[in-house]
Amino acid sequence: MNVVTPFEGIGASLRRKEDFRFLQGRGQYVDDINRPGQTHAVMLRSPHAHATIDRIDTAAARAMPGVKAIFVGEDMAAEAIGGIPCGWQIHNKDGSPMAEPMHPALALGKVRHVGDPVAVVIAETKAQARDAAEAILVAYTPLPAVSGTEAALKPGAPQVHEAAAGNLCYDWHIGDKAAQEAAFARAARVVKFETTNNRLVPNAMEPRAAIGDFDAFSGDYTLYTTSQNPHVIRLLMGAFVLHIPESKLRVVAPDVGGGFGSKIYHYAEEAIVTWAAGKVKRPIKWTCERSESFMSDAHGRDHVSTAELALDAEGKILGLKVHTLANMGAYLSTFAPCVPTYLYATLLSGVYATPVIYAEVKAVFTNTVPVDAYRGAGRPEATYLLERLMDVAAAEAGLDKVEFRRRNFIRPDQFPYQTPVALQYDSGDYHATLAMALEAADWAGFEGRRAAAKAQGRLRGIGISTYVEACGIAPSAVVGSLGARAGLYEVGTIRVHPTGSVTVLTGAHSHGQGHETTFAQLVADKLGVPTANVDIVHGDTAKVPFGMGTYGSRSLAVGGSAMDKAMDKIIAKGKRIAAHLMEASVEDVEFERGTFRVAGTDRTKSLTDISLAAYVPHNYPIDEIEPGLEETAFYDPKNFTYPGGCHICEVEIDPDTGRTTVVNFTAVDDVGRVINPMIVEGQVQGGIAQGIGQALLEAAVYDASGQLLSGSFMDYTMPRAGDLPDVGVATHTTLCTHNPLGVKGCGEVGAIGSPPAVMNAVVDALRDYGVRHVEMPATPQKIWGIVNAHRIAAE
Amino acid sequence: MYDFAYHKPASVADAVKILAADPEARPISGGMTLLPALKLRLNRPSAVVDLSGIAELRGVTRKGDTLVIGALTKHYEVATSAEVKAAIPALAAMAHTIGDTQVRNRGTMGGSVANNDPSADYPAALLALGATIETDKRQLPADEFFNGMFTTALEVGELVTAIHIPIPEKAGYAKMRNPASRYAMAGVFVAKTAAGVRVAVNGAGANGVFREKAMEAALAANWSADAVAGIKVDPSLLNGDIHGSAEYRAHLVTVMAKRAVVDAG
Repeated sequence: MNVVTPFEGIGASLRRKEDFRFLQGRGQYVDDINRPGQTHAVMLRSPHAHATIDRIDTAAARAMPGVKAIFVGEDMAAEAIGGIPCGWQIHNKDGSPMAEPMHPALALGKVRHVGDPVAVVIAETKAQARDAAEAILVAYTPLPAVSGTEAALKPGAPQVHEAAAGNLCYDWHIGDKAAQEAAFARAARVVKFETTNNRLVPNAMEPRAAIGDFDAFSGDYTLYTTSQNPHVIRLLMGAFVLHIPESKLRVVAPDVGGGFGSKIYHYAEEAIVTWAAGKVKRPIKWTCERSESFMSDAHGRDHVSTAELALDAEGKILGLKVHTLANMGAYLSTFAPCVPTYLYATLLSGVYATPVIYAEVKAVFTNTVPVDAYRGAGRPEATYLLERLMDVAAAEAGLDKVEFRRRNFIRPDQFPYQTPVALQYDSGDYHATLAMALEAADWAGFEGRRAAAKAQGRLRGIGISTYVEACGIAPSAVVGSLGARAGLYEVGTIRVHPTGSVTVLTGAHSHGQGHETTFAQLVADKLGVPTANVDIVHGDTAKVPFGMGTYGSRSLAVGGSAMDKAMDKIIAKGKRIAAHLMEASVEDVEFERGTFRVAGTDRTKSLTDISLAAYVPHNYPIDEIEPGLEETAFYDPKNFTYPGGCHICEVEIDPDTGRTTVVNFTAVDDVGRVINPMIVEGQVQGGIAQGIGQALLEAAVYDASGQLLSGSFMDYTMPRAGDLPDVGVATHTTLCTHNPLGVKGCGEVGAIGSPPAVMNAVVDALRDYGVRHVEMPATPQKIWGIVNAHRIAAE
Repeated sequence: MYDFAYHKPASVADAVKILAADPEARPISGGMTLLPALKLRLNRPSAVVDLSGIAELRGVTRKGDTLVIGALTKHYEVATSAEVKAAIPALAAMAHTIGDTQVRNRGTMGGSVANNDPSADYPAALLALGATIETDKRQLPADEFFNGMFTTALEVGELVTAIHIPIPEKAGYAKMRNPASRYAMAGVFVAKTAAGVRVAVNGAGANGVFREKAMEAALAANWSADAVAGIKVDPSLLNGDIHGSAEYRAHLVTVMAKRAVVDAG
């Protein structure tokens, strides 16, 4: 063909197809959906962090206008509705399973955090439901509460669950303790460092929403929900909570406005509206309000850690010991237990050839909102701990922080590299990403910039973070052996239509990632179909085979690989059809980007010729090949993928106000093969925005009684455009060695690599003040406190 | 929000009549404070009296040495008014820092002044500039109008109609924003006026906007940033929260005062 078209395949910075509808307000989110006869639900939530429910009087509320029904926990318990299940079981050091207390969808006898749902009101309008919810009288007896991670384990602390003595969920470890102790015994220096990883509220732009719908004639339930993984919700809710067979339960997750992990989990409200729809025989919509989301969406992070690094006399790492306390909140959210264990401690080797590591993690219950995976999930916590520790150790050992890192890097010739904490990294080149970042950030010229800032009364600092993460989750057998109660393969169906356009069904779910574009590019690249003729279908269990959804930067590495495998099947079948049509041997048929050719000849058939023949099989080897051109592949990855790289941040601090400004940020990431560079840049920048948010701005603050002090945007500092620099993003590619696309994933790298780069810069800016460490977030008040204390000491 | 009756009068007289007849009714101008409170069900007025249809309350005029700003004049209009920029550039610059573009195109000076949020900007400006607040009944000097956090001399049903601001010799404003809400955590407005130097502090006071007399005296003697550098307000008079302790705010007041003087020139 001589027609020149713009290249749309792998490597093209194609504009996002989905943005045309998003930017014009034409997206279809759950709250945009209205079912005939729809009613509205409002959750009555606990104002107490911890209390017994002595009595709930709903009589007055039931009599109010428009009220269809009011349900409390006992109503669900009476029908043997199950608790909200946890999808991952961790085992203690002694082999016993973790404490896994019941998590009722509506509180039963006790509330355990502010926001714990106590009753649901269903009414003709939302306003009527709210009015009625206010008329419900709940007699509580407040109990002492515990909110702090360390406080939860103190003797005499209030007990969150009878089934979890001492508030301990689990006491877990990984690594070789004896080897670690031996390594420390011969160390020239041991550097100890303690830090807290601040609790965050995800705050997706779209609040959660759910519509339960029940067809009394067919007995079919439908749940429309803001989910990153509708099949997982169908499995968990159908099998464990409501006992509805899959064939009778459809879960639809349409356009979803951001997730960052917080929309992975099965939430109580989903089960409540689905179950209640069957009771009232009307569709029920629930849409979370922003202030409600602060106290009901799973939070992120919240670790308290101590780390010790053993060095030899030359500054080579001999071993690492880590002790971490992780706050689970009041109940176990779906994947909460794996976050501070297998998504965290397994990353503690970082990019360094650390010979031995021993880590212990205790997870605790508190009277706070449940904590679960949030963009990066465990890996930001590990990276922050390790990369701050590297700076502290370099300073104490009198080593240059870049040279210290380089000296301990895993070298390119060491891949595949087996860490002492279970993971085997397949590829990477940490020296290369470091060198690129140092160059791009003009690391060498920093002292000049620092002096210039000082002349203007500002404190300038530079910080570096070299990191690796594990994503593309995950090999099902491996995670199963570690306690996962689900598989983590992905599915893709390629449906080539008679005239050659393509519909892709994927179990991955797009909630901002640009799948409709990236996945279309995979098809364009391999099958030669223009992206305009490729539609991506996701988010509906009635349309898509059982898939696992999107989180852990898995969509491309796992879901894309499934599509690639399915396209291989399409090509293989197409070659057989083409061989028949061209009267050639199938071994002689080649395929490249839309054209089947008899090797060494000018005889060709287009994909469209083949698809038409497949669906109109007049001249067709019907005895040998089935009609149709549609293939499905399930892909289970052989390993995690390991993106990594180097982030460099430069900050300036105004010592008079304590305000920190990020003036420069450079990211050089290795995310494997890049399909759409523009989307990768956007993903990395978005992750860095959240990383800067964690480092400088965001903190979920509870008081000792369990009240959330940062319960709205008036007190929870979300990063805004003006808080962010123009982030320079570059990539350096080493291919993933075990998936067919060579891709690693880019969704989380920004949030993982950036916080320590920012905080290392903040500490560097304060270097003349003798500051060893600053806890996140580095708020103006906190920085001023440091500056002021120094000033007082100097006087 | 709870149900309420809605009125949209076309004149101040009609608005006042509705408000006088119903003490539970609340006037609304831009609604930048009242609307969120209604949506959160923190406020339950019987009626909302929408002032936005009253043309006589809008606009900026200069009368001799005084700027007269109609109560319904939006922040955006103050920020971009050639009259304000020429007469009191610090006031126009302040208006430009209120909220965001959407807020500046909804919120009004009268609404902000009548609400007297301790972290709002205008109360500091009006107090420091020695403005007079005109209502449907009377004229009140700013010193008598602002009576503490969310409290003013306004009687129930009384409406701010205009603000009269004597044009100062020079004026300046600086604020440190609350990192989350972006309201002022500590702001200082300084003005050199015919009636002397006046300094007003917003955002920091435990009882709302207040004048800082020690700084006024210091600046009257020596109009320079150095003159206020050594003056620290008593933290026990200031507000504290998770974003800023009273001690931090006290420090910020001094820093912002210095910057306001520099801003004034």
